[in-house]
Amino acid sequence: MQPREEIDHLIASGDAAGASRCLAELWRQERGSAVASFLTSRYEKLRGARHFTPHRLAMLRSFTLEPVVPLLRAAAFVNGIDLTVHLGDFNTYPQEILDATSSLYSFTPDTVILAVQTRDVAPELWEGYAYLEPDQVSASIARVISSFQSWVKAFRQHSQANLIVHSLERPATPSLGVLDAQSQASQSVAIQQINDGLRTVCREHHGVYLLDYGSLIARYGFSDWHDEKKWLTARMPISAGHLIYLAHEWLRFLVPLTGRTAKALVVDLDNTLWGGVIGEDGMNGIRLGQEYPGAAYQALQRALLDLYRKGILLAVCSKNNLEDAMEALEKHPGMLLKLGHFAAMRINWGDKVQNLREIAAELNIGTDALAFLDDNPVERAQVRSALPEVTVIELSGDPTTYADAVRDSPVFERLTMSQEDRQRTTFYAAEQERSRAEQSFTSKEDFFCSLEQEAEVAAVTPATLARISQLTQKTNQFNLTTRRYSEQQITEIASRPGWQVVSLRGRDRYGDHGLVGVAITHADGDSCEIDTFLLSCRVIGRTVETALLSHLAETARAQGLKAMRGWFLPTRKNAPAKNFYAQHGFTLESRNGDGDLWVLDLQKARIACPEWVKLRILAGEKD
Amino acid sequence: MTTTVFDRVRTIASDVFGVSPETISDTSSPENIDRWDSTQHLNFILALEETFQLQLSPEETERIRTVGDAVKVIEDKLPAVGE
Repeated sequence: MQPREEIDHLIASGDAAGASRCLAELWRQERGSAVASFLTSRYEKLRGARHFTPHRLAMLRSFTLEPVVPLLRAAAFVNGIDLTVHLGDFNTYPQEILDATSSLYSFTPDTVILAVQTRDVAPELWEGYAYLEPDQVSASIARVISSFQSWVKAFRQHSQANLIVHSLERPATPSLGVLDAQSQASQSVAIQQINDGLRTVCREHHGVYLLDYGSLIARYGFSDWHDEKKWLTARMPISAGHLIYLAHEWLRFLVPLTGRTAKALVVDLDNTLWGGVIGEDGMNGIRLGQEYPGAAYQALQRALLDLYRKGILLAVCSKNNLEDAMEALEKHPGMLLKLGHFAAMRINWGDKVQNLREIAAELNIGTDALAFLDDNPVERAQVRSALPEVTVIELSGDPTTYADAVRDSPVFERLTMSQEDRQRTTFYAAEQERSRAEQSFTSKEDFFCSLEQEAEVAAVTPATLARISQLTQKTNQFNLTTRRYSEQQITEIASRPGWQVVSLRGRDRYGDHGLVGVAITHADGDSCEIDTFLLSCRVIGRTVETALLSHLAETARAQGLKAMRGWFLPTRKNAPAKNFYAQHGFTLESRNGDGDLWVLDLQKARIACPEWVKLRILAGEKD
Repeated sequence: MTTTVFDRVRTIASDVFGVSPETISDTSSPENIDRWDSTQHLNFILALEETFQLQLSPEETERIRTVGDAVKVIEDKLPAVGE
């Protein structure tokens, strides 16, 4: 059966999982403009049967982008994102941004892309550069930066959506030819100065990101990227074969913005981290070093180290004798990755699907937060079929392409880096020590006392904003309401009268957990309503949640409030938080289709902070 | 069994215009395919360029008014295949 017929057959027979697997496979084989329309129309039929993250995307542009939309929607569906796209008219972006009643804002986007070309926004720098005097060049640079500045500012006044701003490209050939590189007042430098200005403008606002358009074009080659014929006939500057790369670049932003990222990458060893089979070829036989073919595997290891530095956990899953594999991991001189880089290991002859489940459980993350890298197509197919939620990285069989395959995947993209991301990997090492210690105590209480825990509660600050938003986006298990908030939404919430956004930082004798909890509350009449209460999986079960809740209750009581109310909204993943309110003396007040509303009478009940947690309240709370 | 240019163009047209391949013939055009508007026409041209890895000139694009036209333009551009 042809793949398209098979997909239609699977959809008709109600096998949504099978259909979705075949659609992803078809995309891998034929990704392009033709198959994109087929894919989106079939994925749309799977809504309801599969879990997609809906996302509304508006595009403001100065050139034809219509043909990229089907490509983007198809690629987004493959990554679990169901995009609704609004395209602004040609060159109407200034009005759309400045007018609060424009179709841009009435569309209520989650994310907006501002894709403007140099030749449209700064025609004098593009076409007439050779005729400009230096002061005219400076004036032009200043004008363009200040235009962007006013657009971004106005946008932020009218919308809390994310904004992705394309930087400006430079012409493939400068007006003055090779002379441009010799001159102080070069055309390339002028455009670079605008881009530096745009970078600053973006950094001044939360949720505004720069897309380095020049680097994107350079990656695929200026002359291949552009299609002058399409530009002159259809105002479409990009060649047919390169539209997919623009769609893919946008996806690198949309995946982290929708939280469809991977938190951990599980890697195979033989013929993946090194060439050859350690059990057969031995330490001297495997290929790993500075010379080809070993260099290809080192390049992959470098790519993995880059992920590690971004806070993505690494784990090993390999069919091997434990001693053979450990000897290579620990002692092979070509290994750039060290044992300490891996947060979990499964080296055995068991089934990889089961091993992946165990690794996820050990790291306290869902299997949907795993990515899997394995040279063996059979293993990849098994994982795809048994664990469709795992991101399986496709490898070609040529090790020189492995590093790029990892770097190319949007699931490892991050748009902000918190202190916690940088330190995550060391948190896991401390955790291993902690669990060894736990086994030596006979009672939970003794173990808790031995931890010497400190819980530090503070109102949101500019320094903690990114991490607080990130926790609302990423925390699935101990999350009472699973409300997702962007940085700009958190800022807005914190500014509302009567609302409080607080963070919880945890420490114990084994180390600093970093910022691990968030609570958002607001006064509603004489009651304090808990809008959000969540805890990173890293500290679940250590009673710091009780410390945080006791602080909220005491604060509410001090404000003269009589009751505290909180919803538990069940999801597929937040069962660990289900009994939280009941365990702390709340009673069930009402129940509807979304969840349960719990209430605590502050005049009668007290929530005590556990004696083994030292609670510290940092000053700077909002009045 | 070899895949002809017509077969491949038909698959592209079917994907882009959202109609089943059996209903597509040489004479399929915006007259008898609802979704064949100017936006989808551009998508169709781009999908042809991408699939056959060639670039169509504005004049060639202009000549494509039916599926049959597309097949002819592509066949003219593809290097001759020896027997």
